[in-house]
Amino acid sequence: MNIRGSWDRFADAFLNGRVLAKYWPDILAGLGVTIELAVLIVITGIAAGLALALLRCLGWRGLNWVIVQVVDLFRALPPLVILVLIYFGLPRAPSGFVSTWISLALVLAAFAEEIFWAGIVSVPKGQWEAARSTGLRLGQTLRLVVLPQALRVTIPPLTNRAIAITKGTALGSVVAVSEVLGAASSAMSNSYNASPLLLGAGAYLVLFVPVVVLGRFVERRLGPTAKPNHV
Amino acid sequence: MTTTTRVAPLIDARGLHKHFGPLHVLKGVDLMVAPRELVVVIGPSGSGKSTLLRCLNLLETPDSGSVVVDGIDLMDPRTDINLARQRIGMVFQSFNLYPTMSALGNVTLALRHVAGKSAAEADVLGMAALARVGLADRAGHRPHQLSGGQQQRVAIARAVALEPRAMLFDEPTSSLDPELVGSVLAVMRELRADGMTMVVVSHEMGFARAAADRVVFMEDGAIVEQGPPDAIFGDATHSRTRAFVGQIRA
Repeated sequence: MNIRGSWDRFADAFLNGRVLAKYWPDILAGLGVTIELAVLIVITGIAAGLALALLRCLGWRGLNWVIVQVVDLFRALPPLVILVLIYFGLPRAPSGFVSTWISLALVLAAFAEEIFWAGIVSVPKGQWEAARSTGLRLGQTLRLVVLPQALRVTIPPLTNRAIAITKGTALGSVVAVSEVLGAASSAMSNSYNASPLLLGAGAYLVLFVPVVVLGRFVERRLGPTAKPNHV
Repeated sequence: MTTTTRVAPLIDARGLHKHFGPLHVLKGVDLMVAPRELVVVIGPSGSGKSTLLRCLNLLETPDSGSVVVDGIDLMDPRTDINLARQRIGMVFQSFNLYPTMSALGNVTLALRHVAGKSAAEADVLGMAALARVGLADRAGHRPHQLSGGQQQRVAIARAVALEPRAMLFDEPTSSLDPELVGSVLAVMRELRADGMTMVVVSHEMGFARAAADRVVFMEDGAIVEQGPPDAIFGDATHSRTRAFVGQIRA
């Protein structure tokens, strides 16, 4: 088999101009759905994670136990399982879009809670004591003294985790959401050609490469040091 | 030996007991401090001096006993401890400045959010407090840009700015390089000269001798002996006091 022949077959299957021309609007629409899902998941997931971490600061033993169990559960379960349980398991099934949003937001909330909590715990006890000794209340101490320090260490891992989980929007294709992968799969079935999948991959790169670069930029600005601490 | 105070004490702590798990760290300690009095608490590590100090603003809650500061019963559940803490400044061994804020920001935070001053008023009061510790020209510096001695003086300014009735110092010079200790002690002497009521946990015997009205020797969760510095350092009644004083002097 010569190289030219292999390349032609590859090009026909993955870079088929006719197929790409016909289906790119579907992929673009899918990109819109993916972006919409990603924004909703990141906002609600991080907000819920922060809320849980702040609740944990109150130090109510029973509540903390519940938070830890729930967080561990959602960190341990594969997101697909959560998605399927919500989509098929709930008595009044939410749409595929809402199911994908809720399941991934739950997973992100669980990871974000742990990241925020680790950040809050990393702030030395002396910071709390200094603030409280001047009469600042618990909430003021958190907001004015502890969180500004905690957020610096949470933003890099939080960015990474948000990107990883947002990529999971591809799972929406399982429950008939026409996000990028869903749109690409249907186009693939309809055209008997894999070119839409490559276009879909391109759409993911267009969406996530800037986010990854932004994440690295934030990490460099906020991280403790830009270099490893070699001796 | 006990020291009788003729005026009503500003700090009146009685019968303090504190346990950390199985450890009995305070075994019924009484400490009364008169207005304008400077008390230095000495004793071996683990003797409970820091815990005693931290009970005086309820950073540690005693298991039993009473703490009354400036007429406010801190142990009364109806007392707003955050209002009471405004009246009791505290300075820590490790400074504990807020690293995300400038020196001025450190000093003005509680002025704005506890004392309810406007940002402009807080800045004026904050600059005055920094001037008092000789650091007005460092107002815009972050803690990591300051020496240890400067950081501790900013921490003192942070406490002083709220115009407390009393100040608690928890080994304020113990984490400083020797050449920086003097600047912090000088600020403390000035506070003393201005009539601030102070309780200082310290190993600075020179400071205790020169500035203290009373030295309290603690060991094993109890006050063993207290009196004027000359008596404690020169002519202590208890052998344990003599042994400790001899040890740190050697």
